[in-house]
Amino acid sequence: MKNKTLKSNLITYGMVIVVFVIVQALLNADMLSSLIEGLLIPLCVYVILAISLNLVVGISGELSLGHAGFMCVGAFASAFFSKCTMDSISSVPVRFTLAILVGAIVAAVFGILIGIPVLRLRGDYLAIVTLAFGEIIKNVINIFYVGMDSKGFHVSLKDQFSLGMEPDGKMIISGPQGISGTPKNSTFLIGVILILITLFIVLNLIHSREGRAIMAIRDNRIAAESIGINITKYKLMAFTISAALAGMGGALYSHNLATLQASKFNFNTSILVLVFVVLGGIGNIRGSIIAAVILTLLPELLRGLSDYRMLFYAIILILMMLFNWAPKAIEWRERVLQAVFKKRKKEA
Amino acid sequence: MSVLSYFVNGISLGSVYAIIALGYTMVYGIAKMLNFAHGDVIMVGAYVALMTMLSAGTHPLLAVLLAIVVCTVLGVVIERIAYRPLREAASPLAVLITAIGVSYLLQNVVLLIFGSNPKSFQSVINLPDLKLAGGSLVITAETIVTIVSCIIIMVVLTTFINKTKPGQAMLAVSEDKGAAQLMGINVNRTIALTFAIGSGLAAVAGVLLCSSYPSLSPYTGSMPGIKAFVAAVFGGIGSIPGAFVGGILLGVIEILGKAYISSQLADAIVFAVLIIVLLVKPTGLFGKKIQEKV
Repeated sequence: MKNKTLKSNLITYGMVIVVFVIVQALLNADMLSSLIEGLLIPLCVYVILAISLNLVVGISGELSLGHAGFMCVGAFASAFFSKCTMDSISSVPVRFTLAILVGAIVAAVFGILIGIPVLRLRGDYLAIVTLAFGEIIKNVINIFYVGMDSKGFHVSLKDQFSLGMEPDGKMIISGPQGISGTPKNSTFLIGVILILITLFIVLNLIHSREGRAIMAIRDNRIAAESIGINITKYKLMAFTISAALAGMGGALYSHNLATLQASKFNFNTSILVLVFVVLGGIGNIRGSIIAAVILTLLPELLRGLSDYRMLFYAIILILMMLFNWAPKAIEWRERVLQAVFKKRKKEA
Repeated sequence: MSVLSYFVNGISLGSVYAIIALGYTMVYGIAKMLNFAHGDVIMVGAYVALMTMLSAGTHPLLAVLLAIVVCTVLGVVIERIAYRPLREAASPLAVLITAIGVSYLLQNVVLLIFGSNPKSFQSVINLPDLKLAGGSLVITAETIVTIVSCIIIMVVLTTFINKTKPGQAMLAVSEDKGAAQLMGINVNRTIALTFAIGSGLAAVAGVLLCSSYPSLSPYTGSMPGIKAFVAAVFGGIGSIPGAFVGGILLGVIEILGKAYISSQLADAIVFAVLIIVLLVKPTGLFGKKIQEKV
């Protein structure tokens, strides 16, 4: 048993590393189109988000529709940190590492704050409240103005002029325009390292005592409670770790863009990540990675279809879901597989 | 007077949310699925009505009827092709994601046919506005028609569900699918009927929404869809009076929030109220509390 999980984990890590080496080799040989090159970091971001959401949806068994909210918090907190310390911390690796940590920690704090009320609810009610929190975070950051001058920070929820800044002050967050001029520190290598860190945290959690407690709650809440598992504690743990990882993904995302706007982190982004998780197999971490990669690349691969590409994306999504999940499709698949294998046996 | 007029506008917007929420809540009650494509059915309905009015110059009422028919058929077809095969799937999330796929599909089909530019919707209502208190309070005809249609729909729907055989079948299926089947109820047909009614209502909601807010684009349906979903949860998902009350409350809160607090924060306020309600009453205002048994 022990060896089996170890082997499975090693395959997952190995898969990421092998893909990284291949892509890096292609990059060095200059064989990737600039479009794909530009997608590499978003790809890492989505993989991290998919893994972190799978922790909530798959392992903890709660449907969360507001994951983009945590990503948003992490992205803004880390970009804010980077902009403030641009002059004081000159070393880029140190500053970026700190920025990622800040993103993760702030998102984790939000995870705890939101998790405490949310995790009292069940099922679809929980889902809608996470959706609501995601939208609130987006809306509030959208009207946030923060400036900095010699006297310190100025915060306003109205507009830039009510900050009352001195003329030498600079804007850091300017409402709907968001943060601009974040240093572009994200690289593909850092993205892959963050994926590996995420994997390490999530896979170790799943196979630990805590992880088993979380899954026990998912499988049968009452039975778990009756053997003395603290439900709130473990649910909150999964939710917070997931939020922190999403914040990390957000940090990677924000340091890849010249301007960062809160409106990007809307309901559709949360849904997109959920699609990765469900398509990859709920609770299956490796599946999440593969689904995130395929579905992020799919619109680009369909680019040849120009206007029709999102249409095909939708159709492919529906067909993949039907093929993967419909009981009849599964039955048919098994029959076909059986038929193929029987033939082989006869030939042998 | 302005308070009153905001209030009336709020009820009008709330009525539209209520009609959409009815579709959500009925489908949820019977199929236990969140139909995320519902908002896009609204948009399709509005486009059908607009196009029939513009191209053929038909009477608005006829256009609305056509929109209802198209959406009803659309709802049944979606259910048959995309949702029914997944009804017995291992995870309830599968059908949720498929619904999202259907939502993308509808948006993109409309986008390809009509383009992404918003079209200005021409109101289907040709009545004079109501002036009260010597002209200081003007209630538009759209507002009145919206509120009246919402009430009519509520009454008819409640009667249908409580007094007719198909309505009773719906209740039975939503309570226990297996037992309903044993009693000789055709579960598939009942669920299809629910989708048909919900989608027909969505067409009405689309036309009413666009008559009051006359800008129609392929993404028009998504935000009202989410709001209506919130309204359905607000009132207790699965409950028909809940959807009505939830919708109206949501509309009033949104309009008053926009007017008195901040127009940018109106959505945040709506969601914040929802969170508070759910924390106090975890199954919504009219939701049934289900006792868990071991």
